[in-house]
Amino acid sequence: MAQSTTNPLIEIVDLTKVYKMGEMEVHALRGVSLSIQPGEYVAIVGTSGSGKSTLMNMIGLLDQPTGGIYRVRGTESQKLGKKALADLRNREIGFVFQRFNLLARATAMRQVELPLFYAGVSNRKSRQMATDALTRVGLGERTHHRPEELSGGQQQRVAIARAIVNQPSLLLADEPTGALDTHTGEEILTLFEELHSQGLTLIVVTHDPDVAARAHRVVTMRDGLIVEDRVQVPSKAAPAPAFPAPAVPAPQPEADSVTQPSAQPATQPRVILETLDGAAA
Amino acid sequence: MKILRYFNVALESIFSHKMRAILTMLGIIIGVTAVLVTMGIGRGAAASITGEIASQGTTQLTVMPGALNTGGVRQASGSSSTLTMGDAEAISDRILHPNVVLVAPAYTGSSQLVVGDTNNQNQVVGVTMDMFIVRNWEMEYGRFFTQEEIEDQAHLLVLGATAAKDLFVNVNPIGQTVRVKNEPFTVIGVLSEEGGFGGADDQAIVPLGVAQGRLFNAARYRGDYTVTSIYANASSEELVPMAKAEIERTLRMRHQLDVDDSNDFSIIDQASLLDIIGSITGTLTIFLGSIGAISLLVGGIGIMNIMLVSVTERTKEIGLRKALGAYDSDILLQFLVEALVLTVLGGLIGVGLSFGIGWLVGQIPGFDFEVLIGIDIIILAVAVCAASGFIFGLYPAMRATRLDPIEALRYE
Ligand SMILES: Nc1ncnc2c1ncn2[C@@H]1O[C@H](COP(=O)(O)OP(=O)(O)OP(=O)(O)O)[C@@H](O)[C@H]1O
Ligand SMILES: [Mg+2]
Repeated sequence: MAQSTTNPLIEIVDLTKVYKMGEMEVHALRGVSLSIQPGEYVAIVGTSGSGKSTLMNMIGLLDQPTGGIYRVRGTESQKLGKKALADLRNREIGFVFQRFNLLARATAMRQVELPLFYAGVSNRKSRQMATDALTRVGLGERTHHRPEELSGGQQQRVAIARAIVNQPSLLLADEPTGALDTHTGEEILTLFEELHSQGLTLIVVTHDPDVAARAHRVVTMRDGLIVEDRVQVPSKAAPAPAFPAPAVPAPQPEADSVTQPSAQPATQPRVILETLDGAAA
Repeated sequence: MKILRYFNVALESIFSHKMRAILTMLGIIIGVTAVLVTMGIGRGAAASITGEIASQGTTQLTVMPGALNTGGVRQASGSSSTLTMGDAEAISDRILHPNVVLVAPAYTGSSQLVVGDTNNQNQVVGVTMDMFIVRNWEMEYGRFFTQEEIEDQAHLLVLGATAAKDLFVNVNPIGQTVRVKNEPFTVIGVLSEEGGFGGADDQAIVPLGVAQGRLFNAARYRGDYTVTSIYANASSEELVPMAKAEIERTLRMRHQLDVDDSNDFSIIDQASLLDIIGSITGTLTIFLGSIGAISLLVGGIGIMNIMLVSVTERTKEIGLRKALGAYDSDILLQFLVEALVLTVLGGLIGVGLSFGIGWLVGQIPGFDFEVLIGIDIIILAVAVCAASGFIFGLYPAMRATRLDPIEALRYE
């Protein structure tokens, strides 16, 4: 297909991560390879401790891998200096955390302006951009509220506004609905679908099959490895024309890059085209 | 200007953590204020005493029992005074002591002065006529003793200015009766205020014989009444050393000291008095200085605690800022400006507070010297507090910036 020849936004090859805890070594990632095209909406699922967050932190450039290669837009992350990494985090990647990670005592406006401050955006422009971002997540009226004056869902929206304010190409969310009830979680997912339809590439880590069902591609991890990688039709389909072209096609042509190079044949990714609705029911 | 942007961030951080900021500043304020006030009092006292002595006659000599060492006057170990009336008389011999013009022995004790219900502990000093001249006294009210009254050991009293004020409120002291050790004394005069330390302001003056006899039953040495000091004047400033030598020769002879015995008395002139005072006020300043240093340390530890208590919170904040694209230099600049603002503010408040306290202390009655707050101490105090603010504020921040963002975010 056409996009198989386009440059992937993210390219991970045989990535490993070993945590050293005294004598003990924890192999959180044992050789993960993954390639994500611009405009995809990917869910990463798997049992607890399978390495989802670890992988996510690598993708978000918040942590350093032990081995392997990670390329963002073709640039190898290990070859970048601290400032270049900071710039990438600032401009290319928006990160949404499970526990929001807002500054305890700052207004929504200030929270959202933070990335702009480090981007060197002027005060006036920054205020405008922050207001726009807050409006996009439906909080245009609450710009001067502090976290304690906002509900959990609203706080997560502030965090999302902060993640998208600098117009990144990639939005990462680690259990974004984990701290929210079903209804509030649904609001966030709807927001994600809107953002995705506007062209943002989304990667969401989740335990929740309902959350995973909303994505166009589901990557399953177990024991630090990717054991399944499949494309699906999202459960609650947003208007079809809104999908960016690259997201839907099955990644068969990319199977090589998704396959674990020296992995057990049993864990070869299967590519299944079906709705998760049916599977989960 | 880029630094101004950090100023905003730092101010925001300070205002959004008011308690933390106030506690940090409190450490600085306490440290700075304590050092400035204690050192200021020490220096003010030293300056006042030194000025007082310099203003007194430069020809005055004081003979005291006991040897002098660098620490000040020390009573001859174990033994009582060997300085007697006979010594004073001998020094009065103008032929053997051509350079000593006036000799005035004194016997000083301490007793309650009682007027009706009023009751004060004061020094009571027995003196002769010459003391009035030797000490440059002036009368505020009434008169001094006559020669006859001193010889007759009359029960008469001349009060120092402060002693009179304390005993008699809204009453003319002249002619009133004061009981000393149950003996009635009639007040005949009040001295003009002298100011300073160790003067007659707090004293009650009686004829010498009365102090040695009825009041304090002075010890006798070889049949003579002992005295607690002998005041004398040299004939001129240049002749002070000559006068001292003459007195020393006579006393050594009378006290039958061998050539290699050291003096069992001390002759203090203004120069040596200044030395002694200098060493005393030096000790005082060191003492007050150590109190100040301890306060400074306490302030510094306070600052350290606040900073360390908030390390977890701040480390997470640093992790978040880095995750959002902050450079390490952005973070350090923010913390640097924050520490700067807090220490400068705290330091200024501390300095202002010290001057306020210094002024207040100056208003305390009887505290008649200025609290001298020097620029050198200000710089020292603010520098120490600033250093602790910077070290304990910046060090954790520097450590946190070295972590990967996710480690900082996970920090517990
Ligand atoms: N900082 C760390 N130090 C040591 N071991 C760690 C650290 N972070 C993660 N691990 C270990 O690495 C493995 C993968 O952890 P990770 O957090 O990536 O799992 P996860 O898939 O996100 O799990 P969950 O669904 O519970 O969030 C686990 O065994 C975990 O114990
Ligand atoms: Mg996780």
